[in-house]
Amino acid sequence: MKLSFWQKNSEKIRNFVIILVLFLITSPILVGYVWLILRSFSEDLVNGFVPTKLTLKNWRFLWQEIKGYPNIWQTTLNTALLALGVMGIEVLITSLGGYALSRYDFPGRSSMMKFILALHAFPAISLMTAVFYLLWTLRLLDTLWGVILLKASLEVPWGTWIMKGFYDGIPWELEWAGLVDGYSRFEVWRKILLPLVKPGIAVTAIFAFLSGWSEFVFVNTFIFSQNLWTLSKYVKGFIGDYRFADYGLVTAVGLFYMIPTIIFFFFVSKHMIKLTIGGVKG
Amino acid sequence: MKRLKPLLLLFPLLAFVIIFFVIPVVLTVVIAFTDMDYSFVWNFVGFQNFRDISTDFIIPRVIANTFIYTFGTLGLFNLGTALLISLLTTSISDRWGNFFRTLWMLPRLTPSVVYGLLWLWMFDPTEYGLVNFIRGLFGLPPQDWLHSAPMWMVIFANGFIGASMGMLVFTAAIKSIPEDYYRAARIDGASWFMVVRRITLPLIKWHLLFVTAYQTLSLLASFEYILIITDGGPVYRTEVWALYTYHNAFSHFRFGYGAALSIILVIIGVVSALVYMKFFGFESLMEKPKVEVE
Repeated sequence: MKLSFWQKNSEKIRNFVIILVLFLITSPILVGYVWLILRSFSEDLVNGFVPTKLTLKNWRFLWQEIKGYPNIWQTTLNTALLALGVMGIEVLITSLGGYALSRYDFPGRSSMMKFILALHAFPAISLMTAVFYLLWTLRLLDTLWGVILLKASLEVPWGTWIMKGFYDGIPWELEWAGLVDGYSRFEVWRKILLPLVKPGIAVTAIFAFLSGWSEFVFVNTFIFSQNLWTLSKYVKGFIGDYRFADYGLVTAVGLFYMIPTIIFFFFVSKHMIKLTIGGVKG
Repeated sequence: MKRLKPLLLLFPLLAFVIIFFVIPVVLTVVIAFTDMDYSFVWNFVGFQNFRDISTDFIIPRVIANTFIYTFGTLGLFNLGTALLISLLTTSISDRWGNFFRTLWMLPRLTPSVVYGLLWLWMFDPTEYGLVNFIRGLFGLPPQDWLHSAPMWMVIFANGFIGASMGMLVFTAAIKSIPEDYYRAARIDGASWFMVVRRITLPLIKWHLLFVTAYQTLSLLASFEYILIITDGGPVYRTEVWALYTYHNAFSHFRFGYGAALSIILVIIGVVSALVYMKFFGFESLMEKPKVEVE
């Protein structure tokens, strides 16, 4: 029997068509980020995506003061402090909490776990009015600490859940062996479990870092002093002031702000796909 | 002592939860009965704020917007596009499938202001913007999208982020369906659509329900990207309930009124959380730990 070209290659053609459709659906994402990169390094773009002249002029905010804006390095430092603060708190709390939930049986354990999951689904953003009052009372309004503590507390329930998952993945025989050999429970945790949940700590830490690094609404609302601005507020200001006048400058600032995201993206997205019901909001 | 130890380890977690979840929930309810402004004076006014809500002439507009935004984004993207991507990416090799799924994660990890910038550019009113550039290729004049289609801007921007959660959940669900079902269907001569309709969709219906419930809740409360892209404008055309709450509290400093407005979201949130706790039991995840020695 002679097969036609279409019949012989039907599998390949099918795959080709599916991939083509997927490229089409995904194109706004692809095009958006390609534009961001190209535009930030060129004088202007003609015919859609052809740079007229490559330049670093758009990146001048790195070595020049921009009128009405705080120093970019001070702002970057603030952003890093915020991100590291959220990360430190979250890693500490979740590596303890995840261990307790994974390895101890205590009254109310399963309701506590359900409570933690439900907390993650709760739209904490609707509490902002009350949080404003709370931060004011605690003298944390207009401080980085205020935003760090708030942000960390919103991330902690999910982080604890993730860490519990990583602890669950470690065979308990290892711990058993440690206990038999005379380690205390603390030593077992410190010397056997912690090294084994390093990947979990890394994932939690990077997620926490990125969410602190990207935070916009809380910074925009709870921080007023320019010397405490983070990059999100800086970039938002640029979008408002320069969007129509100088796309080059705005895209360069935006891309600068995205550097950590780009660095961690491939590492985290792989885990994100594995964590499935990660339940990030959006 | 034995019972105290796990609680000691969980103490920091509980402390944070109490300070930044439990106390704010209570505070929201109390502040809603005051006319508090930026001077933070407690002046109780009874149900005045709620009477104001019922006579506020912007509210009907806000409710309509909230519905269009929530269910438009949910239907088109968080379920529709998410399902389409997960069906398509599971029909090809894992290498390509992962490639596309990874790309869809990128918006979620991008700082919101930068992501907002991308959409502002796409819908730019001049021929610089992507949509107007494409129109230009067909000889059409540029359009001011912010005035002609602000709600679409908001739905698209949110949708391209929201779709990734459904995508992850559905992909995992589809991948766990035994291959035999598909082989049997193929032998019976079922088409791709028939397989999706009769096998895949019925088997992932719980996941569809979960994503619908979860995303409805988070869309109802979300406003970050609207704040960045249109700020509720032009003239309240994209002002949703959560954003209206935010504007009242932080642009007009009417904390009392803002809290009253957000109470409805808090109630929806608490009720849904209770429903989740009841129905999404995750019993297998709750199994007891094996090591228990002291």
